[in-house]
Amino acid sequence: MTEMSSLELLLTAVIALVALATIFGVILGYAAVSFKVEGNPLAEQIDALLPQTQCGNCGYPGCKPYAQAIVDGEPINKCPPGGQATIDALAALLDVPAPELDAEHGEEAEVKSVAYIREDECIGCTKCIQACPVDAILGAAKLMHTVIVDECTGCDLCVEPCPVDCIDMLEIPSTLGDWHWQAPQTPAERFTSKHRDSNIIATDHAA
Amino acid sequence: MTKVWDIHGGIHPAQNKQQSLGGAIRAVPLPPTLILPLSQHIGAPAGPVVSVGDKVLKGQVIATAKGFVSAPVHAPSSGVISAIEEQSVPHASGMKAPCIVMTTDGADSWMAHSGTLAYRDCSAAELLSTIAESGITGLGGAGFPSAVKLQPRQSIDTLIINATECEPYITADDQLMRQRSDDILIGIDILAHILGDPERILIGIEDNKPEAQLALATALKNRSHTEQACTIEVVEFPTKYPSGGEKQLIQILTGEEVPSGKLPADLGIVCQNIGTSHAIYRAICHGEPLISRITTVTGQACGKPGNYEVLIGTPAKHLLAEAEFDQTRCPNVVMGGPMMGFTLPSVDVPIIKSSNCLLATTREESPTPPPAQACIRCGHCAEVCPASLLPQQLYWHAQAKNYERLEAHHLADCIECGACSYVCPSSIPLVQYYRAAKGEIRLIAEEKRQSDRARVRFEHHQARVEREEKAKAAKREARKLAAEAAKAKREAEAANNQATDADKKDPAPVDANDIVQAAMARVAANQASPKDQHQRLQRAIKSTAARLQKAEQGLEALLKDDGAEPSAELLAQRDQQRATIEQARLRHEEANAKLAALDASENTPPQAGAEKAPSPATTVSGDDQNLDPAAMAIARAQKNAAEQASMSPQQKQQKQRDALEGRLKKAQARLSQAQSEGSEQVEAFSNAVATLSEKLKTADLELSTLGQTNPASNASQPVNQQTSQSEENS
Repeated sequence: MTEMSSLELLLTAVIALVALATIFGVILGYAAVSFKVEGNPLAEQIDALLPQTQCGNCGYPGCKPYAQAIVDGEPINKCPPGGQATIDALAALLDVPAPELDAEHGEEAEVKSVAYIREDECIGCTKCIQACPVDAILGAAKLMHTVIVDECTGCDLCVEPCPVDCIDMLEIPSTLGDWHWQAPQTPAERFTSKHRDSNIIATDHAA
Repeated sequence: MTKVWDIHGGIHPAQNKQQSLGGAIRAVPLPPTLILPLSQHIGAPAGPVVSVGDKVLKGQVIATAKGFVSAPVHAPSSGVISAIEEQSVPHASGMKAPCIVMTTDGADSWMAHSGTLAYRDCSAAELLSTIAESGITGLGGAGFPSAVKLQPRQSIDTLIINATECEPYITADDQLMRQRSDDILIGIDILAHILGDPERILIGIEDNKPEAQLALATALKNRSHTEQACTIEVVEFPTKYPSGGEKQLIQILTGEEVPSGKLPADLGIVCQNIGTSHAIYRAICHGEPLISRITTVTGQACGKPGNYEVLIGTPAKHLLAEAEFDQTRCPNVVMGGPMMGFTLPSVDVPIIKSSNCLLATTREESPTPPPAQACIRCGHCAEVCPASLLPQQLYWHAQAKNYERLEAHHLADCIECGACSYVCPSSIPLVQYYRAAKGEIRLIAEEKRQSDRARVRFEHHQARVEREEKAKAAKREARKLAAEAAKAKREAEAANNQATDADKKDPAPVDANDIVQAAMARVAANQASPKDQHQRLQRAIKSTAARLQKAEQGLEALLKDDGAEPSAELLAQRDQQRATIEQARLRHEEANAKLAALDASENTPPQAGAEKAPSPATTVSGDDQNLDPAAMAIARAQKNAAEQASMSPQQKQQKQRDALEGRLKKAQARLSQAQSEGSEQVEAFSNAVATLSEKLKTADLELSTLGQTNPASNASQPVNQQTSQSEENS
């Protein structure tokens, strides 16, 4: 009797486990199909943080491929147009320490620049149009080309292909429209600044 | 008496209003020049419609509104436009902006203008267009175009007129109410008519202006000009800074708070400044555009502080001189009030539509703020914040540049009133931190917008390149298939011919299919060959004859043109022309011969198609070589960047120089090629050579200043590298 009951026990346990496994297997299988995430959400998040200059300085043909490469383990400090701000944002997103910008891929430009075609020298070869990753150059064969300034990302990929060397990278001048207040100097900055006031210490002022 | 509510926080700084209240509004003599910035309002800058040298009359439009949120600019006096250029404008940045500068002629002669008091007979749209064309913007400070604010999508039940003027020192509105309350009331009536007579019309006024209040009450009592005019209520409330903020005033008068990110119009409320309603009265009832305003000039550095009716565009210097301003006693002049104003970069900037005050205080009156000390977390700032924010938290996050947290703490709702900085015992310039952070956030948002656009454009570019690539591949495939089919057909034909020959000799049993095919091919060949062939050849003869004639004519023309000195270019052209003629003649003869042969033997099978068919193999290889140029450029850029990074600055410079030299060589090669071919682009290429050699020279110069080593030893290797690279590229 005792032997029988232990066998029964064993059977019950096995049946119960198999039943559970089947049920959860079905649930998981269903979830895997119906809640499948399309694309790679992390790569998209990274791509959203990159500056979309599409300059290829990182060694990848555009920002999206670099975003994918970061997901696959590439260092996050290869984007000179984004600079330290982008590296910091990526580090915050991926929860890793923020490294310095890798100088191998170029330096961060202080002022943004755009391409400018000296139009009377342009011979209309369309080479720059083919090189532009964001279609920001307008023109046709044997006709003058020009850059749509608002769309130019300043990647300078068009400068090298130009046979008559008529493309310049010009810095964007700052205007009233994009001016904004600067944060006040910190005490340390005030101490080292050339334009510092004489009263660095509050008690100086009271005196 | 309407109930008034209280707002959170607020401060009570010294009023200092009495100094500028002695005496009536004074007129300012006509300045010799007027400077009119094209952007005196929020929104798109106006576009000039006059040119330098034009004579303009007082009130004439000199720049029109560009876009919906924009305002035109009018000539404040008669005179001549002397310049349209960048000038210093009253802005905290001290930057220059496009302005129209005019020299007044002293006559101050008006253009023809007229208004109407029967505005109640006009439609709201007519009145709004008059207001927009008169260039009226909010005169309280921000300068938002009034016509835009007066056409909300929501229905309006409350019109609030802001007569608070809560900042210390400023008395422009106070003085205006004392002297011109009748006009103001008409202006308010116009506003009410435009907004479809809202249920409530409230004038909010602080209790520190009893005279103004009395003047308004008297005017209300004596109102006779319009019987049907709306009921206006003057609401007095205790003085507190900043009650005059739009959202704060709404809360005081109605008890309702404008939610974060919403507009007063969402609550059915429209708020207008009292000065604006006066300007609207002038525009509608007199046809006068906004060309002057009341500005307070005050501070201890002014001998004659007071309120001045000043033309827009008057240099601040001129106005200050009128008020007997003593520059030696005043370190810097502030435009606006002591709480929210900004220091003028110089006193040459003009008075604009939103300039309500020029404040010239002495050092004793407004001493330099003591240096900021550490925050002691006393919490006074949170107690006085009228927007119920947490200034201390904002301060920490602004210092840490943690913009996400700042937005979570509703930095955007900060009205920059300066109450927190005013009470801070550590004298921390809190508002400046908030302004900087707001600017940063705006900049980041703008960059994000741009990068999103670039992403979309890049993706479309990629998609297009891919599509083109696919189309090319499909074409290639189609050509290949066609060539194969043609080949198969030819082989089949050949086989058939053999088969038919065999048929005649040896009537052996053949596959039924083959017989049918052979028969069909024969029929087709017979139908196609004699007539069509003949016609085609005749056409060919005709066209070759025409081409030959044309080429000969061209040569004749060239010979005629050729004057005293036959240049190398011309000679080359002539040779080319001769070659063309020769070719054309050959073709012509060939066609003739073919026709003759055809005529001789009608049954000869045509052989023309075989040569014409493009050989697919060459096309394919050609396409493969022609990779995506963007990808190639990227690869090149990467290579260069990688090389550059591992070099010292001097090597970099050297590399640059070598690259330039390589480019120069390329350009020279192109130039000589172009010259030998007699191309039109010779000039462009020679220009390129010139610029490149100049660049090379400067690079050489830089290199020589940079390094002491001789460039010759370094030069040889990279030059070779460069040239080999260039060969790859081309």
